[in-house]
Amino acid sequence: MIIRDKVIKYGSNVDTDVIIPARYLNTSKEEELAMHCFEDLDADFKAKAKTARIIVADDNFGCGSSREHAPIAIKASGIKLIIAKTFARIFFRNAINIGLPAIVSPDAAANISQGDELEVDLDMGIIKDTTTGMSFQINPLPGFIQEIISSGGYVNYTKKKLGTECSCGGNCNK
Amino acid sequence: MAEKTENRISQTMAQKILAWHCGRQYLNTGELVNAKVDLVLGNDITMPLAIEEFKKIGVGGVFDRDKIAIVPDHFTPNKDIKSAEQCKYIRDFASQQNITNYFEIGKMGIEHALLPEQGIVLPGDLIIGADSHTCTYGALGAASTGMGSTDAAVAMATGTAWFMVPETIKFVYSGSLKKWVTGKDLILYTIGLTGVDGALYMSMEFTGPAITALSMDSRFAMCNMAIEAGGKFGIIEFDDTTKRYLEGRHTRPYRVFHADTDAKYFKQYEINCDDIELQVSLPHLPSNAANAKDLGNIVIDQVVIGSCTNGRMEDLAIAAEIIKGRKVNNRIRAIIIPATQKIYMDAMEKGYLKTFVEAGCAVSTPTCGPCLGGHMGILAEGERSIATTNRNFVGRMGHPKSEVYLSGPAVAAASAIAGRIAVPEEVIQ
Repeated sequence: MIIRDKVIKYGSNVDTDVIIPARYLNTSKEEELAMHCFEDLDADFKAKAKTARIIVADDNFGCGSSREHAPIAIKASGIKLIIAKTFARIFFRNAINIGLPAIVSPDAAANISQGDELEVDLDMGIIKDTTTGMSFQINPLPGFIQEIISSGGYVNYTKKKLGTECSCGGNCNK
Repeated sequence: MAEKTENRISQTMAQKILAWHCGRQYLNTGELVNAKVDLVLGNDITMPLAIEEFKKIGVGGVFDRDKIAIVPDHFTPNKDIKSAEQCKYIRDFASQQNITNYFEIGKMGIEHALLPEQGIVLPGDLIIGADSHTCTYGALGAASTGMGSTDAAVAMATGTAWFMVPETIKFVYSGSLKKWVTGKDLILYTIGLTGVDGALYMSMEFTGPAITALSMDSRFAMCNMAIEAGGKFGIIEFDDTTKRYLEGRHTRPYRVFHADTDAKYFKQYEINCDDIELQVSLPHLPSNAANAKDLGNIVIDQVVIGSCTNGRMEDLAIAAEIIKGRKVNNRIRAIIIPATQKIYMDAMEKGYLKTFVEAGCAVSTPTCGPCLGGHMGILAEGERSIATTNRNFVGRMGHPKSEVYLSGPAVAAASAIAGRIAVPEEVIQ
C-alpha cells in the first residue's frame, strides 16, 4: 500500500485526553468523535486535515488512557497514517487493531516538517519526503502484526483464525 | 509450542507469569506470545465499543462468564442521556451473557479499587482491562495491563490476548517513609525520575525494604500509576502483607511467582525513601514532580480526594486526620469520593464522613467522575484543582485552560484547609 499526503506535525507526549477529551466519550460513534478530535490541542486540526492526512509526531504519541476512541477519532478525521519517534503502547495496539497504520521512525519524525509531502510505501518499508528529497527506511513490523493489518484489523484476523467469517463482510452478528 | 525440555532462562515476574499463561517454562524478552487471561475488564466508556466488536467476531457467547468484569464507574451514576444509553447497552449485554461480575450502581465501586477488594483479581493472574489503570492489580503480584476495546473484545471471545514479553526495570526502595508520605508520593517521585515514557513497553518491579513495609493501599496507588511512566505492568511480589490482605477475600486458588535472584533487568533504580518529601506533580505531566513544601503560594479552587489511585481507606483516614475539627477554606470546593461502597461504609463507621461533611466537604458515591473530567467536579477556565488522581494532562478535569496538580491525600487535605497548596504542618498547629 502506498500513501501520498501532506504532514501535520505535533510534538512529544500527545495524550489521549487532547486527542479526544473525555467529555465526548459518552458515545462511540466515529463521526461524532471526529468532530472533536484534537480540539484542546490544535483548534485548526479539522481544517488542516482537509489537505494533510499524515500525522508526524515526536515521542510517546497517544500516552494516557486506553480509550480506543482516540485512534478511531483520528482515523474518522481522514488521517491515513501516523509516524512517530515512539508510541505509547496501548495507543499503538489500538491503532493497529482498528487498521490505522502506526509507524515508529525516529529518523523520519526528526527530519519531516509540517506541510511536507510524503510518499509512504508500507510494503517496501520506505518513507519518502518529496518536499526535501529525504528517504527513511522503516523497520518491518513482526509478521503477526502485519497479518492483523493485512486482515483489516484484529477482529477480522480473529474471525479468520476462528473460522467465523461470513459473507456479510463483518457487519452481521453471526 | 510447549517444549519438553527448555533451557533455563533467569526470569523476572513478568516473564514468569506470561510463561505460565502460555504453557511455557521460560520466555525471552521481546517474544510475541498468545496467552490465556484470567480476567477481562471493561467499564461504561470502553465496554460499549468492546461489545460492538465482540458481536462482529461471531462466537455468540463469551469464553467464560466468570472471567469477565463489567463495572460502570466512569460517567455513573449516569450523568446524561448518552451515558445512560451506554450504561444500558453494557447492562443488557451483561444480563444476556449472564456475566458474574457485573456491578450495578449501589454495589459498584471504582473498578481498580473494587476488583481487588472483592477478591476477583489475585496473585499470579494475567489480567487485561480496557482501562489504562488496570496495572493496579500488579500490587497483588499479578501481571495486569490496560488495552483497548478491540483487545478486550477478542479476549472476551477467545480467552486470550497477545503480548510482547517486556523488559523490566527494577526499582529498589530503601529507608523509611517520612510522616504523611504514602505510596502516591513514592510513585510521583519515581515518575519524576523516569519521565512519562521512561518505562515505555516495560514492566516495573517495585521492591526493597520500604516496599515490604508499605501498606496494601499504598502499593495499589504505586502500581496504579505505572502507566504514567509508560509501563505495561507495575508489579510488587507477594509477601505477608499480600497474604493478610487476601485472607477471607479470595474465592479461588492463586499462584505465587517470585523473580529469579539472577533475573536480568533493563535498568535498576536505587531510591532512598529517607529523602522523599511529600510530592506534587505540576501541570501538565505526571512527571513534573516537586516537593510540596517548596511550591510557594499556589492558590487553588478545588480539592478532589478519590479515584482508583487514592480513594481507599488509608487515603480517607489521612484526610480525616488532617481535616478533623477544621473548616474547608471558604473559596474551596472540596470533593471526597470513597472508591467503593465498602470503603464508603467503613469510612462512615469510622466517623470520617461526618468529619468531612462537618468541615464543609462534599462526599460523593463512588465514581471516577472528576478525575477524567467526566462529571462531579469539572473545572472552569482558569481554575485550579489539587487532586489525588493520576493525570494532569491539558483539560483532564475540565476546561482546556484549567490546571490539575497531583498529590497524595495529606497535601490535598491540607490544601483544602489552607486554600492553597500546603503541607499538613501548615494547617495542624
